[in-house]
Amino acid sequence: MIETPRVDWLALAPTLALLGASGVALLAAVLVPAWMRRATGAASALAGFALAAVLAGVLFARSADAQPLLAESMVRDRLAALAQVVLALTGAVAVLASWAERRRDHGEYYALLAAAGAGMLFFVSAENLMTLFLGLEWFSLCLYVLCAFDPERATSLEAALKYLIVGGFGSAVLLFGSALVFGATGALGFAEIAAADAEGVFLVAGLAMLLAGLAFKVSAAPFHMWTPDVYQGAPTSVTAFMSAATKTAAFVLAFRLLATAFPEQRELWTVALAVLACSSLAWGNLAALAQEDVKRLLAYSSISHAGFLLIALAAGTERGLEALLYYLVPYSAMSLGSFAVVAARERELAAPVRLEGLAGLGWERPFYGAAMWLFMLGFAGLPFTGGLFGKLFVFTAAYDAGDWWLILVGVAATAVSLAYYLNVVRWLYMRAPELRLAPAGGSPPRDPALTAAVAACAAVTIGSFFAAEPILDLASEAAGSLPF
Amino acid sequence: MLATTLIVLPLAGALLVALFPLPRLATAGLAFLVALLEVGVWIVAVTRFDFDEGTLQLGTTREWVESLGISYAVGFYGFSLWLAGAAVVVGAAAAGYALFVGRERPRAYHALLLFLTGAVVATFAAQDLILFYAAFEAMLIPLYVLVGVWGGPRRTAATLTFVVYTMAGSLLMLAAVVAFGVTQGTFSLLEAGTSGNAWIFLGFAVAFAVKAPLFPFHGWLPLAYREAPVEVAAVLSAVVSKAAVYGFLRIALPVFPEPVEDLTPLLLALAAAGLVYGSVLAFRAPDLRGIVAYSSMAQMGLITLGVFAFNDLGLDGAVLQSVAHALVSASMFLLVGMVERRCVTGELALLGGMARGRPALATLLLVAGMVALAVPGSATFAGEFLIMAGAYGEGWGYAALVALGIVLAAMYVLRLISAVLHESRGAAVREEALDLRPGELALLLPLVACLLGLSAWPALVSQSSFPGDEPARALEEGLR
Repeated sequence: MIETPRVDWLALAPTLALLGASGVALLAAVLVPAWMRRATGAASALAGFALAAVLAGVLFARSADAQPLLAESMVRDRLAALAQVVLALTGAVAVLASWAERRRDHGEYYALLAAAGAGMLFFVSAENLMTLFLGLEWFSLCLYVLCAFDPERATSLEAALKYLIVGGFGSAVLLFGSALVFGATGALGFAEIAAADAEGVFLVAGLAMLLAGLAFKVSAAPFHMWTPDVYQGAPTSVTAFMSAATKTAAFVLAFRLLATAFPEQRELWTVALAVLACSSLAWGNLAALAQEDVKRLLAYSSISHAGFLLIALAAGTERGLEALLYYLVPYSAMSLGSFAVVAARERELAAPVRLEGLAGLGWERPFYGAAMWLFMLGFAGLPFTGGLFGKLFVFTAAYDAGDWWLILVGVAATAVSLAYYLNVVRWLYMRAPELRLAPAGGSPPRDPALTAAVAACAAVTIGSFFAAEPILDLASEAAGSLPF
Repeated sequence: MLATTLIVLPLAGALLVALFPLPRLATAGLAFLVALLEVGVWIVAVTRFDFDEGTLQLGTTREWVESLGISYAVGFYGFSLWLAGAAVVVGAAAAGYALFVGRERPRAYHALLLFLTGAVVATFAAQDLILFYAAFEAMLIPLYVLVGVWGGPRRTAATLTFVVYTMAGSLLMLAAVVAFGVTQGTFSLLEAGTSGNAWIFLGFAVAFAVKAPLFPFHGWLPLAYREAPVEVAAVLSAVVSKAAVYGFLRIALPVFPEPVEDLTPLLLALAAAGLVYGSVLAFRAPDLRGIVAYSSMAQMGLITLGVFAFNDLGLDGAVLQSVAHALVSASMFLLVGMVERRCVTGELALLGGMARGRPALATLLLVAGMVALAVPGSATFAGEFLIMAGAYGEGWGYAALVALGIVLAAMYVLRLISAVLHESRGAAVREEALDLRPGELALLLPLVACLLGLSAWPALVSQSSFPGDEPARALEEGLR
């Protein structure tokens, strides 16, 4: 009898649920008659994400103590479980936002979306450099294909190619970094790397390359070059999913990697991350000022938010992780929601949405307009949105860690960001009627799924302001699973 | 509990107005009713308030984010209850005026106006720095849209400068709030101790100085006051600016005693400069709104002078003058709006001779103007006199500057009155332009009646703003 490692099926259940959903959607693409493919694909992906969220919730409740998983290549703890809940819910909303996209291959689309989600859920529980790389490539490959998914959009293929090449480069850097770290320590597991107690130039170079590789994924400046083009060119529903979920996955894993594998090098990576944070804040915000295309503008805004999240990461403390986890909740909702509104407008105009394409949206489509207004206020950190508490907690963590100057950078960045966020609001509500574009092809069809997605995002954006305490409690329980 | 009601009622009203697709008039009427109900709730609050008791009253405290020490703590002291009173009265007057003129897109307009009232009241009631910051910022959201959508031809520039100035100030305040809260371990003003950190104090002070505005942070004022819809300008100058007074009284003086002591000369100098400079600008302004706008800046300088004189007379005077100025400024702005509706313009050169055949307009403008220039016997006279007496404690020079300000006030108000009412008939004044309509009278008369009542009995406010009528001691002990 061959001895097999003990498998903790509950810990793998969320990932497996999404893989299953992906398989069902893929089979449906072949076996189900054409007119039902969209419904079956979307339903299986939605069910997969919902089931994954529930299972991850159960996992959160039952994982008070961290346990190694699958020969210590992964870990079962509350941090991973909470990130999985957020990711799965993000995916579910993205499915709703995708419903009305015009495309031919619905089955494959939803299969890829679910598979990308599965990869992210796998990725956040990685406890080993190999698993980390595996998870990263898993969801990245799905996203490359998803970006190329809209054959009628001229920019879609270009975006996918750019993403593939730059993302591939980022992965290669990360892999090289892993190799150097392995060379220096002889270990791949995060805990063993820390236990090896190594030092020297290989380790530092490896750490730097790991950071650079992850910085590509979170689109932190100066590793952000792909972000605007890809966000603009990809199908908008894919952008929505990617902007929210990739950040969540990569930031949570980056925190785990740095806190468990490199606690001795804290002095180094906190400084490096603070520098990355400043450059992301500066670059993202200043470049966003000059954007005319709404998706590009939101892409630069996402770079600047990577800067805020990096401030929390640079703190490197338990409070920093709490702030990061909290920030990701309203950020995901606002990011998903704003791209969903853009998707709705895009369908209405049958053209890419530039700022002038938003003119009058606030009065013509009061719900989408008010929601977009809310998301912009949230991004800017104004009250009644979770964005305010997100910034506040991040600043608190930074001050606590002694980086008071990062607060001033963050405050200045927020002041600049208001200029373009409020510019969007101005286009929504304050433009003269003659500038408004007539919707192409008359009144657009109703899209209850997308409306529900936007409503859910708006509810989370507002809800995370009033119910900051419960979310922060969850975040603090999750933060307890890392050694500080 | 009543403080929460006062905050939630207008916010709930705003939601109701925004969501229910009623006809135009019904929407505006509903909003006006909610605003009146808010005044009613405030009157109930005054009757339940024990002015001899020094502690926080009518309040609610709930944990919000326990791990960081953030709480939902609201409640009133004497002075903040009076400020809130001015806010709800002016809010109701603004809602009434908007109903009277029939603004476009009434659901959005009235919802935002109610939201603004709720945010202002929340600012005056906040006892937690995070809540205060949120309410302080929340005022900006409706103001931005109200000016940007319904404003005059240069509204885009007006909103931009307004937002840039205000946010620059309040983001510095956010940094200060974080630094203060983390050092103290709590954001609650009821639990936090004092701080001697001058940088943190400056973060707060700049935000308040922009909001007031104090010289030299007043760059946003002329455009915003000129381009805003007139009732929004009224709310802006009458009560939004008083958020700065509340901030000085509730946060700056009790929490930062040492930095305040060190920086008092600077603050007094800025306040005095604002008073004189604002008065001169008001005297030189070519249009009605310019006069009222700059006079508002001058008055804020005066009030700040009273606050930082930091003695019983000055503080009593500052609170009384805040309430009186809120009522005066709202009446003046509404009157300006009524003149502008009849003549299309507020250019002084094109106005004149409106007193002939329009007795109600002439009388009301004259009465409001007399109160504005602090004629002896008026509430503003009492306020300015108290402030002057308080400023004398800091040096006779300040008192002299206050006196100069009062003289200048007489000059610019008389200039306004004579340019509108007297002289020969202006080019923009049509013969058939009507006197005030009953609806307009119904709005203005209660405001003016409040003013005259306060003039008859200024002690109502000045003696009940602080426990035992010993403001300086109450603030030094840190308001519990």
